[in-house]
Amino acid sequence: MKILVLAEINNGELAEDQTSKTVSAAATLGKVDVLCASSQCSDASKNITKMENVENVLVLEDELFAQSLAESYSETLIDTINSYSHVFAPSSSFGKNVLPRIGGMLDVMVISDVSKVISEDTFERPVYAGNAIQTVQSVDKVKLISVRTSNYSAVPLTGSANIKKIDCKSNNTLTTFIENKMQTSDRPELTSAKVVVSGGRGVGSKENFEIIEGLADKLGAAVGASRAAVDSGFAPNDWQVGQTGKVVAPDLYVAVGISGAIQHLAGMKDSKVIVAINKDEEAPIFQVADFGLVDDLFKAVPEIEKKV
Amino acid sequence: MKILVPVKRVLDYNVKARVKADGSGIDLANVKMSMNPFDEIALEEAIRIKEKGNAEEIIAVSIGVQQNQETLRTALAMGADRAILVVAADDVHNDIEPLTVANILAAIALKEGPSLILCGKQAIDNDFNATAQMLSAKLKWSQATFASEIDVKKDMVRVTREVDGGLQTIDAKIPAVISVDLRLNEPRYASLPNIMKAKRKPLEEISPADLGVEITQRLKIINTKEPDSREAGLILENIDQLVEKIQENVGG
Repeated sequence: MKILVLAEINNGELAEDQTSKTVSAAATLGKVDVLCASSQCSDASKNITKMENVENVLVLEDELFAQSLAESYSETLIDTINSYSHVFAPSSSFGKNVLPRIGGMLDVMVISDVSKVISEDTFERPVYAGNAIQTVQSVDKVKLISVRTSNYSAVPLTGSANIKKIDCKSNNTLTTFIENKMQTSDRPELTSAKVVVSGGRGVGSKENFEIIEGLADKLGAAVGASRAAVDSGFAPNDWQVGQTGKVVAPDLYVAVGISGAIQHLAGMKDSKVIVAINKDEEAPIFQVADFGLVDDLFKAVPEIEKKV
Repeated sequence: MKILVPVKRVLDYNVKARVKADGSGIDLANVKMSMNPFDEIALEEAIRIKEKGNAEEIIAVSIGVQQNQETLRTALAMGADRAILVVAADDVHNDIEPLTVANILAAIALKEGPSLILCGKQAIDNDFNATAQMLSAKLKWSQATFASEIDVKKDMVRVTREVDGGLQTIDAKIPAVISVDLRLNEPRYASLPNIMKAKRKPLEEISPADLGVEITQRLKIINTKEPDSREAGLILENIDQLVEKIQENVGG
């Protein structure tokens, strides 16, 4: 068994939380190598060497990998990847983009969104928007696994892995990067935040969403939204929590004006403590909340913001 | 140019999935089935590209059981020009894995020669999010996933992608495989006259063997179970109690 983890690096910056939790999932099977491919690797690779259970950090520094385009991986690194029996990546937009393309190249299935590594060939993953959990056994020679990182904790930084530079002939004639428009925010990142405050359809408008943002900022929290709120244009898609959005598991999740559709619950029900505020006492969100308040959010939330 | 749109028949978005007692999967007997919502968005986009004069023909493809022809009739009523049904299973419970779907679609693409293949980013049943990426790898075409904006130019297509943290714009060389995200568009409803017209549009039925593709299963389903449920908690009486609970759990 030889295990590889694809580190997520955006523009030279390591997505440490995602990568560390992916290492954590992979390390349930043994020691791992981590592939660090980016335009600048020095900081990222140094951080990775400290992650527990990492043996080697394979470093490929190439401008081609600045934006992690799928073709750069599949055209350039396929031989390196193919020399491993297990390849893990976070189930982020990076992993979901790159890993299945590698699967197509190697003619193996991808095991998406794995919530539990059971053994070297058996994995648990949610299906039907989290309405069921399926255990699957892979017969492929290479196992390609994207990890639902919210189910794993980051690894301690007690390791001292070796750095190995690798050389590949870079190639991507198919896609060209044009630009990134990233949300700049002082708030913590949604998938790794300790506290998340989310708004739903009940918030009513984009302007009203400031109430949610106000409470989030007071708590030092990330802002989330239900799919209904995103579909209605109250919040950007990037904030969407749920099966078709992000999966989060913070210490505290505050759901405001969210009814609790199964689609949404699939993205947040592993949170440690869930608090729900909704004026409809029949709302399904109260079935999963640890603490609920039946109240008008426009009255309650500003008052909470003042008092916390 | 031609656009190929694969459409999957899945358990309707509004129907609650129930796990079968024997753990083999979800019960799909006698429940409402519909076109995968993401595939509807892909089809809508193809129709809009054609309406702008950037495409001549839209071919909808569905892979699964005989009844998938209903899904294809819906696609034809929305605006696809013709349809291909690949009958790959005789039981609706036999889900065809994305890798096999990609093999079938690649064979069809080589025959039909589309410039674009527009896919939904994931099917809402198996939630793999893999077919488009695998298909573009099989064809060695460019790949643009999670599209929220598509602009077809002469030799390439400019795609804005929904990525973690924001939006990324790339140019993908044509032919390209694009997977679409939720906010790309809002799919139309088929009008009654178009539903009637769709009945006369061509629908070809073939088998995977006709395309030289073997149905394989790489992931054996060992068990399917209900997720662990959370216990309902406490309904608090006032805001002060809630503030107290929030304070206890912030940074805890």
